[in-house]
Amino acid sequence: MILGFLNLTWPTFANGVALGGVYALMAVGIGLVFGVLRLVNFAYGQLIMAGAFALAYGAQWNLPNWVSILFCFGVVLALSVLMDRLVFRPLRTHSPAVMLVATFAIAFLLQNIALLAFGPLGKSAGSLASLNAPWDIGGVEIKKIAVISVATAAGCLAILQVLLTRTPLGLHMRAAAMDFRTARLLGVRANRVIAAAVMVSGLFAAVSAVMLTAQEITVTYAFGTQDTILVLAGVVLGGLNRPIPATLGGFSIGFASGILGGVLPSNQSQYLPTFLFAAVIVVLLVRPNGLFTRGGGAVERV
Amino acid sequence: MSVVRRIPELLAPALLVLGTALLGLEVSSYLQVYFLDTLVKVAIVVALYLFIGNSGVLSFGQISFVALGAWTAGVLTVPEGQKRIIMPGLAHFLLKTNVGNVASLVLAAAVGAAAALAAGLPLMRLSGLAAGIATFGVLEITSNVLTFNQSIGPGENAFSSVPPTTGIWQAAIGALICLAVAYLYQRTRFGRMLRATREDPAAAAAAGISIYRQRLLAFTLSGALCGFAGGIYVHLQSLAAGDLSLDLTFITLAMLVVGGSGSLLGAVVGTLALNGIYSFFSAAVNTVDVFGWNLTVRAGTAELVLGALMALVLILRPSGLTGGRELSMPRRRRAAVDLEKARVTR
Repeated sequence: MILGFLNLTWPTFANGVALGGVYALMAVGIGLVFGVLRLVNFAYGQLIMAGAFALAYGAQWNLPNWVSILFCFGVVLALSVLMDRLVFRPLRTHSPAVMLVATFAIAFLLQNIALLAFGPLGKSAGSLASLNAPWDIGGVEIKKIAVISVATAAGCLAILQVLLTRTPLGLHMRAAAMDFRTARLLGVRANRVIAAAVMVSGLFAAVSAVMLTAQEITVTYAFGTQDTILVLAGVVLGGLNRPIPATLGGFSIGFASGILGGVLPSNQSQYLPTFLFAAVIVVLLVRPNGLFTRGGGAVERV
Repeated sequence: MSVVRRIPELLAPALLVLGTALLGLEVSSYLQVYFLDTLVKVAIVVALYLFIGNSGVLSFGQISFVALGAWTAGVLTVPEGQKRIIMPGLAHFLLKTNVGNVASLVLAAAVGAAAALAAGLPLMRLSGLAAGIATFGVLEITSNVLTFNQSIGPGENAFSSVPPTTGIWQAAIGALICLAVAYLYQRTRFGRMLRATREDPAAAAAAGISIYRQRLLAFTLSGALCGFAGGIYVHLQSLAAGDLSLDLTFITLAMLVVGGSGSLLGAVVGTLALNGIYSFFSAAVNTVDVFGWNLTVRAGTAELVLGALMALVLILRPSGLTGGRELSMPRRRRAAVDLEKARVTR
């Protein structure tokens, strides 16, 4: 095939696309909150971790899969709302740098709560493992979860696009993302828009948690942290100010991570983070405003 | 007049460090470990302050220079016989080279500065979030390479057999050197120019200040101090690449932010306060005695308390405990006070 060079195979390609899809969802989740609050939520990975632990408990209690997935959604959404009320709201007037450090602190805090509560070894969420079984598509064996991830991510992004462009709430959110103060002056209700953004962002975190847990069964306190750092890099790489560039950035870094993980020979695959971040730095130097944005853009707000 | 008034700016943090060191001499050797650790943290946080505090640019990458300094000082001081055992993959040149304690610290500072200069040359062109993510990238790359490259160090294992030369005096003098360098820097025209870019980049640029050059200078100087502090650290305890990564970045940033990243005093106060609390809860894992009442906590409580404290301080008092101000003598003239107030109000 075309992909025959670099020992890139179809399953590797599918895994790259699947990881890209999940990272794109996370990128949108981070980007939505940034849009209305100018806040980079470093603790996004800990929302995913909480969801993953919910799934692990669902597996432990022998709940049917759909119940434990619902449980996961409940936990993540509750935590998102709590985070908004307790942290984001009091911080809203502070500078973006303070907000970034604060969410960094929240991430660290939640991680250590998980470490205390669930121990260093974590738990296993085995009930979704069946999704790792391969499907035979035209003679190529591709993991079920890869197909499901891509389909779910595409579905979620399509629904979000409809929400943003076809509903009054979406209009308000886009207006708030462009210029929060003017939007408020024109009658957009700040709390409602922020709550909506946080809820949608939480929903995407829950979906990502299900996808990531299906691929990586063992859930520890560090679950999602490395993914979030990569997604943040991807979001900045794509361009934080607009949803579509942010999505593309998230997808790119997930795709690159998945592909490189499969393609690199085993004695080099341990340097995967080095390659990824070196690439990120190079791209940032060439296009500091983002890879998928047009023109110079406004002065940095952070 | 102003010279007298400025004396406490350096004296107050220096006395805090000396007080910690003297207290550390008095306590039992079991407790002394925590004082030593605190002094090393002061050195690291002051190094962070030199760049982050003066430039107002958040960097997640400084701990990578601490790690490089620790690696330099460690690799160059482990006796050759030990090197063959604990670092079998070490490059020939590093295997054969051995230096003394002071030389290893100087080289650690040099390596830190060189690495910071190399990283800063491209990165200081960035600003805002892009800069934050890029410095994160530096941290990830450094810790990834140090963990897996066995030709420059022990790889995934911890450094053992580094001569434990960091006693209370070496730690205290190290912290004082960092303090002095940071203080002298912020009193020079370069420090003032950088602080001007922090307050208002556009106005500073209009006044002819090159933001890029000033940031690069501070970044490099901070890298040198970071490397130096890393050298002191590795002479204190056996370190692994995992110890010098995300967690240490968080802890030191928390100290800087809680104390108040705008002033040298804030960096020292934050470190002493948070490391005191952190040490207390770390020690409490093996039960501490609080006025006759035994307290035992589970591992991880110290980090949890630190995270909660940092979030609280950021929400309630975002400019930190000291509010980003240095300690100075009160002024006599009323008008001058008002002028200063008007200047401080942002």
